[in-house]
Amino acid sequence: MDTRIRRVTLFAGHYGSGKTNIAVNYAQMLRAGGRQVVIADLDIVNPYFRTKDSTELLESEGIQIISSEFANSNVDLPALPSELYGAVENRSRYAVLDIGGDDRGAYALGRFAPYILEENDYEMVFVANFCRPLTRRAEEALEVMREIETAGGIGFTAIVNNTNLGRETTAETVLESVHEAGRLSELSGLPVLFTSAEDRVARYLKLPDVFPMTLQKRYFDIN
Amino acid sequence: MSEKVLMKGNEAIAEAAIRAGCRHYFGYPITPQTEVAAYMAKRMPKIGGTFLQAESEIAAINMIYGVASAGLRAMTSSSSPGVSLKQEGISYLAGSDLPALILNVQRGGPGLGGIQPSQSDYFQATKGGGHGDYHLIVIAPASVQEMADLTAKAFDLSDKYLIPAMILADGTMGQMMEPVVLPEPVEYKPNKPWAVTGTKGVREHNIVNSLYLVPEELERKNLERFERYKLVEENEVMYEEYMMEDAEYCIVAFGIAARVAKNAITAARAKGVKVGMIRPITLWPFPKKAIAAAAEKVKAFVSVELSMGQMIEDIKLAEECLRPVVLCSRVGGMIPAPEEILKTLDELIGGNN
Repeated sequence: MDTRIRRVTLFAGHYGSGKTNIAVNYAQMLRAGGRQVVIADLDIVNPYFRTKDSTELLESEGIQIISSEFANSNVDLPALPSELYGAVENRSRYAVLDIGGDDRGAYALGRFAPYILEENDYEMVFVANFCRPLTRRAEEALEVMREIETAGGIGFTAIVNNTNLGRETTAETVLESVHEAGRLSELSGLPVLFTSAEDRVARYLKLPDVFPMTLQKRYFDIN
Repeated sequence: MSEKVLMKGNEAIAEAAIRAGCRHYFGYPITPQTEVAAYMAKRMPKIGGTFLQAESEIAAINMIYGVASAGLRAMTSSSSPGVSLKQEGISYLAGSDLPALILNVQRGGPGLGGIQPSQSDYFQATKGGGHGDYHLIVIAPASVQEMADLTAKAFDLSDKYLIPAMILADGTMGQMMEPVVLPEPVEYKPNKPWAVTGTKGVREHNIVNSLYLVPEELERKNLERFERYKLVEENEVMYEEYMMEDAEYCIVAFGIAARVAKNAITAARAKGVKVGMIRPITLWPFPKKAIAAAAEKVKAFVSVELSMGQMIEDIKLAEECLRPVVLCSRVGGMIPAPEEILKTLDELIGGNN
């Protein structure tokens, strides 16, 4: 997977597709490779699950985190943090951007798109979960891709297959989705960068380019 | 692909409503239930339904009144402050005997409060909220699967008894993602001879109305309505009993609080404490008989709520103060941890010996 690491990596997709978990794990992977990394939360749509939830962990690993000062503060204010320009413009660091869900979440990206396009060292990744009801089929996922591109002002360059059923995910869940991910790749003309799954599932996946992840703990992870 | 999909509670309820034949949704965005409107906005145009973002919560509830009067399945959703705004319209629905579904994904209050989960609209949902003598059928799901399964049930009960139904969820239920098997879609064929569907010149016109200026007539309407409420209380109570067979202590909890309580029960049982739970699924009608029966055999009750203690009053009424009832609660968007429930149990057991 080290064959294709860009200065800026953006994760966007249908909401609930798992963007935040991938962004966090991806930032950790870059950092483990000795890079200076900043992760930024551009999600101004979802007030409940945010990159900021992992702040302590990421900072302890030396990853800088930028998120709305209002995230998780119970202030329901969709504001972008002022340091975000720094993350995009400071070319001495790798930036991982967690974009909000759907086209609504991607509008905030439009503000930074010109800088990212000008530098032209980015990967705009579409995160797909074919177990989500509105993106069960490649055609539906493609529709969401196009909506996000229009809203965010940047075209996708790659796909990540993050198909999962939450805690009920099995290797079979992921393997059954490979065909649909392939179809999305054909329809969009974009490569599948990797297939991501949480550790306990990833170890059973005999696929090329598997990206194992540790999932963020959520406060209501209960039975 | 497997038949299971991964959904947020808010999405599950929206899809389940569509599958139950609801083709009219009116709402206004508010955290933490905005995904209901977002989902409806995407789906309704594709299936010939109506999604309309109203200019306010008040407008939305009155649009529901209109669709329900025409005999079709209608739904609105909001979160606590928005549901307060809807109360006038809800009273009118009740006073006009109209079936409809209102979803409340509760957040902390009062006032604007916060955006994190809460159960502090229990009184509002079960004791009125709007003016006049009325009840809603109030259903409290405790998982994304139940959000899906209980939606059709709520519509069916509402149709059967001509009583508006409310699904009382909370921020966690709306936002959490779980695998869900969606119910099969039904082709909804309304059988509502009272609906205002146009006389076509061949029948007397129907009137949907809540205004009765002759007191005798209004009294009769109220008495007739309460006869129906009695039937609902007799026939439609839903609850889950969990490890109650040998229980000496009984937790009563619904929704997210019941999920936490199950973890606490597992931990308590491991320590040898015989504790079980009655989980009301219908909050109105409240499972009074189940609570009263439990009172005969347990030493005490613990009401676990995300409020300052609202359901606890219904528990005391149901068991007629036969046993002590103590409260374990967090408020303001906080959720009690299993350890806090265990601590309440420990204190209770200490005091009982």
